[in-house]
Amino acid sequence: MKRYIRKILFFILIIAIVVPLLFPFVWMLSSSFKTQVDIVAWPPKLIFSPTLQNYKRVFSEQNFLKYFVNSSIIGISSVFFSLLMGLPAAFSIARFGQKKLSIFILIARLMPGISFLMPWYIIFSRLRLMDSYVALILSHMLITLPIIVWIMESYFETIPLEIEESAMVDGATRQRAFLAIVLPIAAPGIVTSITLSFIFSWNNFMFAQVLSMERTKTLPLAIYNFVSYAEVDWGAVMAAAVAIMAPAIILTMIFQKYVVQGLTMGAVKG
Amino acid sequence: MVSKRNRGSFIEKNLHIIFPLPAVVFIIVMMLFPVLYTFFMSFTNWNLTSGMPLSFVFLSSYKRVLQEPRFIKALGRTFSFTALAVSIETVFGMVIALILNREFKAKGFTKLIMLLPLVSTPVAIGIAWNLFYDPTIGLMNFMLTQLGLPKLAWTGSASTVIPSLALVDIWQWTPMISLIMLSGLASLSNEPYESARVDGATEWQIFWHITLPMVMPTLLTAIILRTIDALKTFDIIYAMTGGGPGYASETLNIMAFKYSFEYFRMGQASVVLIILFLLVLAMSLLIVRMRKSLEL
Repeated sequence: MKRYIRKILFFILIIAIVVPLLFPFVWMLSSSFKTQVDIVAWPPKLIFSPTLQNYKRVFSEQNFLKYFVNSSIIGISSVFFSLLMGLPAAFSIARFGQKKLSIFILIARLMPGISFLMPWYIIFSRLRLMDSYVALILSHMLITLPIIVWIMESYFETIPLEIEESAMVDGATRQRAFLAIVLPIAAPGIVTSITLSFIFSWNNFMFAQVLSMERTKTLPLAIYNFVSYAEVDWGAVMAAAVAIMAPAIILTMIFQKYVVQGLTMGAVKG
Repeated sequence: MVSKRNRGSFIEKNLHIIFPLPAVVFIIVMMLFPVLYTFFMSFTNWNLTSGMPLSFVFLSSYKRVLQEPRFIKALGRTFSFTALAVSIETVFGMVIALILNREFKAKGFTKLIMLLPLVSTPVAIGIAWNLFYDPTIGLMNFMLTQLGLPKLAWTGSASTVIPSLALVDIWQWTPMISLIMLSGLASLSNEPYESARVDGATEWQIFWHITLPMVMPTLLTAIILRTIDALKTFDIIYAMTGGGPGYASETLNIMAFKYSFEYFRMGQASVVLIILFLLVLAMSLLIVRMRKSLEL
């Protein structure tokens, strides 16, 4: 009997944790299917006849598809180039114990983005690179590169040295062993770093707010501009919010274990 | 063939330089150089809109900014927002981690739910919370009236705007502390617990004398990480209030952004940036020191 009560109490605690976290998402989702009349209704409506009009408006009138493509181009490219630079760097830090280098890159992850943004703005303007993919990808790489190095250096450390050494005994150089043997073994770590760095690039707002205009506008900027109009079309805004967050949430569901590892790795290592 | 092998061995000998080089050069060009540039600008009175050539004013930009009430208030707000958000996140985060630190059926699902706020786009989250906070149609006021409490203006009033913004931060980032603490708790050894139970210690004694000291390094790292991110909070504040009403939610980050990209007073903006930068750098060095002391 006592065990039974404990179980129920525990269940109530879990509900008390999950519901407040989940509720804003549920409300966003349901509002995205409401008409403006239902949204401004008081008391708030729990039961309503759903409409797809909001999504139609967002994708047909607001050019959202284009911003989706922009965010994807910028996210994928910045992750790709960061992997090219970050994987060897992380390997070197892990294998040669380059602590100072590790700290240098950690600090890049911690510094406020705005302290680089003003110089970038001036330099990119001079180079006529404002509103270009180059500027956006370069700036987003400063988000993705430190995340990739940070996650991968701890991952490479878990891979035993003997694995690459046995290849080197067979005459392969260390760089060859890195490419042919270490990288394939490190695949789970690479997936973690790709997922997490892509999500952080996808969610970034500040860099695009300054460096991009119409041509390279990303989704966070698009939704922000969306509410700057006088009368807020809440249904469409919520539909846009759902559409922006869906890819990151789907990625998280697929790679849940990796995302948790990636977010907590550095901190627990101490 | 020989030359190829030579090149291979050259690379291999210098691997510790060649492998990190591209990343280091990139960070120097994209981060270190801009920060130095900003530092240089902070000694000038450069204003992009005035069309005047920039001139060195050395410390007078600092003097002017540091004496400005708007700056002092923004500095104070940055601290109060951070302190409010991070302290509540730490307590909630720890409590949630302790609750979840056992095996149960829905554990995977619960952890997934906790991840969702962390991976959500902050701007979209901010805008959605604006709908919850809306004084006339918002859910928050509806809940208050259901509880028989008076309605609040939330982000609409200078007295409630900082706690309202902190609440969004708490909602989004408490799970971060929980997840870090969960993996910290999972890595603890069982032995001290067993002997404590044999000695008849209460749950509270066990937490206070065994669990807390053992997870303290992880907890401190989590707190500092959160503090750094909270000091830099930009997206939700900019999207929800833009620093308003008036200047009531203007933190250093927002102030620097406005000085740079709305007023184009680059010299003074640089001063604010340098101060924010130093604040975050100090916190970051704290983390680095802790990582070092833990490895001993």
